[in-house]
Amino acid sequence: MSNIGSLEKRIKNFDWSISEKELDYKDGDTINIAWYCSDRICQMGKADKLALIYEGFGGVEKKYTFNDIRLAGNTIAIFLRNLGIVQENRVCLFMDRIPELYLSFLGVLKIGAIVQPLFSAFGEESLYVRLENAQTRAIITQSKHLSKVRKIIDKLPSLEHIIIVDHKESKPLQKNEVPFNLEDATPIEDFEIFPTKANSPSVLHYTSGTTGQPKGVRHVHYSLISQYLTTKWILDLQDNDIYWCTADPGWVTGTSYGIIGPWSLGITQCVLNSGFSAETWYKFIEKQRITVWYSAPTAIRSLMKAGDEIVGKFDLSCLRHLASVGEPLNAEAVVWSEKVFNKQFLDTYWQTETGSIMITNFPGMKIKPGSMGKAFPGIEAALLDPKTFEPFVEHGKIGLIAFKPGWPAMMTTYWNNNEKFEEKFKNGWYLSGDRSSIDNDGYFWFTGRDDDVINTGGHLVSPFEVESALLEHEAVSESAVVAKPDEVNMEVVKAFITLKPGYEPSDELELKIMNFIRKKLSPLAMPQDIEYMDSLPKTRSGKIMRRILHAKEWGEETGDISTLDNE
Amino acid sequence: MKDIILQYVIEEYLEDDDEEITYDTPLISGGFVDSFSMVSLKVFLETRFKISLPDDKATPEAFDSVNNIVNLVNEFIE
Repeated sequence: MSNIGSLEKRIKNFDWSISEKELDYKDGDTINIAWYCSDRICQMGKADKLALIYEGFGGVEKKYTFNDIRLAGNTIAIFLRNLGIVQENRVCLFMDRIPELYLSFLGVLKIGAIVQPLFSAFGEESLYVRLENAQTRAIITQSKHLSKVRKIIDKLPSLEHIIIVDHKESKPLQKNEVPFNLEDATPIEDFEIFPTKANSPSVLHYTSGTTGQPKGVRHVHYSLISQYLTTKWILDLQDNDIYWCTADPGWVTGTSYGIIGPWSLGITQCVLNSGFSAETWYKFIEKQRITVWYSAPTAIRSLMKAGDEIVGKFDLSCLRHLASVGEPLNAEAVVWSEKVFNKQFLDTYWQTETGSIMITNFPGMKIKPGSMGKAFPGIEAALLDPKTFEPFVEHGKIGLIAFKPGWPAMMTTYWNNNEKFEEKFKNGWYLSGDRSSIDNDGYFWFTGRDDDVINTGGHLVSPFEVESALLEHEAVSESAVVAKPDEVNMEVVKAFITLKPGYEPSDELELKIMNFIRKKLSPLAMPQDIEYMDSLPKTRSGKIMRRILHAKEWGEETGDISTLDNE
Repeated sequence: MKDIILQYVIEEYLEDDDEEITYDTPLISGGFVDSFSMVSLKVFLETRFKISLPDDKATPEAFDSVNNIVNLVNEFIE
């Protein structure tokens, strides 16, 4: 029996107070996500239950009970407090998927500070703009990422503390650096958790838009109410489950459903800190006896590419429930998963801004492969006419996916950019920036984004950010960046560039530019293809017409080109 | 060829001076080179060794160690 039971009954009787009651929360109470994820679970008699099973490179394994993560959270909290970190200070977590990343998440929240998780593959420029925007006061990182922080520290006066979790004494420390090895620290049994309230900020995730710098999506502790219930009903986590969320906590899935959801339910979760290969992943599932697996379409398509034969080499009968997030899950992947795992991957749809799952395929519901599913109970979802921003009444039309504000995990603002936040609302609806249609049975079908943001492997990349970085390369005169279709990643970054006088197109130069962007921004933002142009298509006023290049890549009509400057 | 590739991987993809890799170290499954960066590694191999690697041959498995890469490149060197 699934946790959700009858979807119809849930929809009929739904109120977010269901979640509040299960979490013993009442309006006006203190609510601290870290307490719910560790101390409360211990108080419920699960102190000795495993919270985290970690496997790193070379098969190194570490295990932590709920009491272990409670103590570690306390210990990190005390360390941060002794450094002078106080409530609402921003503390960046810039680590690979090592245990300290997950444990620091709790420690930061316990003192009422704001967690700013950043993907550890970010280059120094990507790191800089996000730390600068958030006026981050401390960063917790590993020695291997220190060189990136050192390159930008002088431009970040607010960044007072660089905490290194694996410092070796033989290496000299530099400005603002402080070592902190959790295993050497004395565990702190008692810690008075900061009494955060429903609207106290908790997590600041950065996301990319078409124009401008990345935006800091500010979430609050009350988001737990959505994250708890969606985890319980959609991911269907039950007491004996072993759960694996493959997302990195540098992105919102990795925190909402890779930390908060499972731990607030007292569930054992696994983390694999290594690169991707089908064999490594299947071996991990078999070894840890994973029962619930939340992954991404890019990974699923990569597994499909690896073939069916390899699946048969492993005993994956432990798998009970599969779900997917990050980009639309194609019908073929759903059909394939049923064939090889005897289970369908259920697609879920949400965003950094929504904080929790909004539209989804539910356990027990009839699945239409390729569909996003239906709105979660309590979520009012509609398709808006792109011209009037009024909901379509009839089915079948493609419109803007929009939600009535009011669910607990909804972002409260963009950090230092309330103007952009306000722009996300029209006629009382939150605009997701995505388009879809709805069929006669009420199922949503994704059709595409409403802007130029590139969704590569489930991660959003801003064409503006890549174009700006390209212009910093000595050879590049002009740049335009668009999405290019890709079999595995759905989209990848493609750059069109013109060169400055004295530079000639060559493969060597292409490689240099690729590596330049990879190190400056991130591997995700690195153009997978660079095309040299004599000139870029522009309007008569000089604006680059990205849409013409996009249409060329996707084999689409270019549309109205009356403003194209043909000179 | 082995050393050229190994040196390139160390210089371009390893972030920590203390990390050591050998000809057999798993590069992709070990997390040293991510799947997105494989594309730049492929371009490097093509330009440095004047070959063209078909996309269907540039798999995570074929790129998973320097030794595997050498085997792949040798297939396409005339």
